[in-house]
Amino acid sequence: MISTGNRPRYIRNGLLIDPSQGIEALHDLELSDGRIVAIMEPGTAPEGAQTIDASGLWVCPGLIDIHVHFREPGQEYKEDLASGSRSAVAGGFTTVVCMPNTSPPVHSREVVSLLRRRSQEIGLCDVLVCGAISRDLRGERLADLGEMASAGAVAFSDDGRPVMDAGLLRRALEYASDLKRPLMLHEEDFGLTSGGCMHEGRISTRAGLRGMPISGESGMIARDLELLEEFGGRLHICHLSTEAGLRLVRTARQRGLPVTCEVTPHHLFLTDAAVLGSEYHSHTKMNPPLRPQRHVDALRQGLVDGTVAAIATDHAPHSDTEKDHDFSCSAFGVTGLETSLGLTLKLVEEGVIGRARAVELLTSGPASVLGLDDRGGLQAGSRADLCLIDPDAEWVVDPNQGFSRSVNTPFVGWTLRGRCAATLYGGRVVFDGRSIAD
Amino acid sequence: MKPVSPIAVPVVLPTDRSGWPNHLLSCDGLSAEAAQQLFATAREMRQVGRRRVKKLPTLRGRTIINAFFENSTRTRVSFELAGKRMGADVINFSASGSSAAKGETLGDTARTLDAMNPDLITVRHGAGGAPWFLAQRLGCAVVNAGDGINEHPTQALLDAFTLTEHLGDLRGRKILIVGDIAHSRVARSNIHLLNTLGAEVTCVAPRTMIPAGFSQALPARWHGNLDDLIETADAVMMLRIQRERMQQSLFPQDREFSIRFGMNPARADRLQEHAIIMHPGPINRGVEIDPSVADGRRAVILDQVENGVALRMAIGFLLLGASGE
Repeated sequence: MISTGNRPRYIRNGLLIDPSQGIEALHDLELSDGRIVAIMEPGTAPEGAQTIDASGLWVCPGLIDIHVHFREPGQEYKEDLASGSRSAVAGGFTTVVCMPNTSPPVHSREVVSLLRRRSQEIGLCDVLVCGAISRDLRGERLADLGEMASAGAVAFSDDGRPVMDAGLLRRALEYASDLKRPLMLHEEDFGLTSGGCMHEGRISTRAGLRGMPISGESGMIARDLELLEEFGGRLHICHLSTEAGLRLVRTARQRGLPVTCEVTPHHLFLTDAAVLGSEYHSHTKMNPPLRPQRHVDALRQGLVDGTVAAIATDHAPHSDTEKDHDFSCSAFGVTGLETSLGLTLKLVEEGVIGRARAVELLTSGPASVLGLDDRGGLQAGSRADLCLIDPDAEWVVDPNQGFSRSVNTPFVGWTLRGRCAATLYGGRVVFDGRSIAD
Repeated sequence: MKPVSPIAVPVVLPTDRSGWPNHLLSCDGLSAEAAQQLFATAREMRQVGRRRVKKLPTLRGRTIINAFFENSTRTRVSFELAGKRMGADVINFSASGSSAAKGETLGDTARTLDAMNPDLITVRHGAGGAPWFLAQRLGCAVVNAGDGINEHPTQALLDAFTLTEHLGDLRGRKILIVGDIAHSRVARSNIHLLNTLGAEVTCVAPRTMIPAGFSQALPARWHGNLDDLIETADAVMMLRIQRERMQQSLFPQDREFSIRFGMNPARADRLQEHAIIMHPGPINRGVEIDPSVADGRRAVILDQVENGVALRMAIGFLLLGASGE
């Protein structure tokens, strides 16, 4: 019986899927003191009160989402670290990386420390911090990158906004390189996208809305890859949404440039047609916007050929009030932590990727993007962060049953197959399939 | 927050977004039959406007709210006159500035309006999609009086009505729409409606004023030179040039636009004898249309205004009065 608060000694009869070690077979798992002790032959672990029976379940490393917005400090009405952590572990995630566009923004060691302390107090999952690139996210001067790194920041980003000034981005690349931290970039050229609220194309024209053209994203990616090549550093492209952008990343990677990219679940399933199809529903509004089918197809191909390292949700909770406007006035963004796994498994169901690749995109892939060597796998000695997946459980997306404080998801009413049956963090069951541990 | 129906993949795009006969939200999909019915009714209504007592009892006791979130005197007056001539209680509700800026959500405004039990709401808003937003939340009929750069269906209906009055059957007729197509809800609604009525619409504009995916999204052609098409046109519809488009570098300055695309006397003289010149108003004299042409015999701008009131009376009648409730 899996229940919250338990610290099992063994996980028995599960299908272990650990892409970092090339494991995809029945194994038992031994845990102790919050760590993984050993992978055992299947069926050899003793049964009993200290054993979780994982028959029919996949046993995977705890999932990792390197791009979420938890709105703390400052906007706790729509989410905070506590509600966000609950949403995360309900989705199978044991590590998340928070973006800095809070109020105040995460641009100094004090805010980084605050968030790290809160993460430890809440104790449901590991909330890592991405610090701002520029002070106040204004894109003018560097934020305290070194101090933030010492306080625990794992990367830097001005996410929510691009770094429009190439000169500043050059310095950020160089400086962050000394600190061995990557830059996570939101790629958008305001000169091309300003005023836009969806993809610019025949759908936006038919809908009578201002759009954001492809080159608003790809042009910026091209620029930043040039900077990377000339000045060094490490670059990670956030929420890649365009075929052209993906092509640029693929070519750069083939030439050996240190660049990675992530894609959101919604960009793998929905197109800009959803805006018209839903009659301008604000839950189809996000940045970067939903794109036409050929971009969705290209991104899926990127998952297959390895150009895309990670699936990351860009979990962006907003209150009903902020979404209860006409389309152009509504806030950009949708939630994603509790639907990410189900949608990634839907890609498996549709034959786009195999299950090991699916797990990789949610575990070792994101871990490697940020150099998080101590997680994303089931190596002996690593912290016992686990996600037990029931691959056959069918469920209907209902955000009112979810744990996030916000309900803005475009996947309402979707039937998904596969969900998290249990989440263990540091060896403790923090989610048992129904409820969250205290 | 109104729940959304599950988004199907792939999305099936609607063919008729007009909302007719419950609402009038757009001309995108409005049937030719509905348009003809509106024209026939408008013809009757126009007579009312020419009598000494300009009143019908049809909508007596009904409540019409003109919810204008964007300034407009001409359209509002036209709707107000139309409603009052039908005998309705017409109330004007002005809310300038975006609801977000004021702190009140459009949803709250919708619920407030709904609580007053209107029979019909006309809405003009700076954001495309706002009429759909209201139609999803209100129990009454919604008429789009212009939403952002999306549609202005009543304008297109009065334009098509005017064209029908002057040219008869519009099938095969060559209509030119000249100006900022990309940002003109008048152009967009007209393209849909005129195409439905069988006309051949060509947009004449610099490339900067043609929207993305134009040929796939809208049933019209684009040509960059007005002089090539003047002699075969049956009607030319001039759009108002907005000065802020200069700031956005859509065109360098008034004079250049006027030279390349303006309806000047030389061009007006080359039109066929029966061809007419239209403009939704207000006109920028000397920019898109020369003063002498605007005041000349081919321009039917004032007919459009009179037809506008009649057409809006017809809309009220068919949305509310005909049911006899």
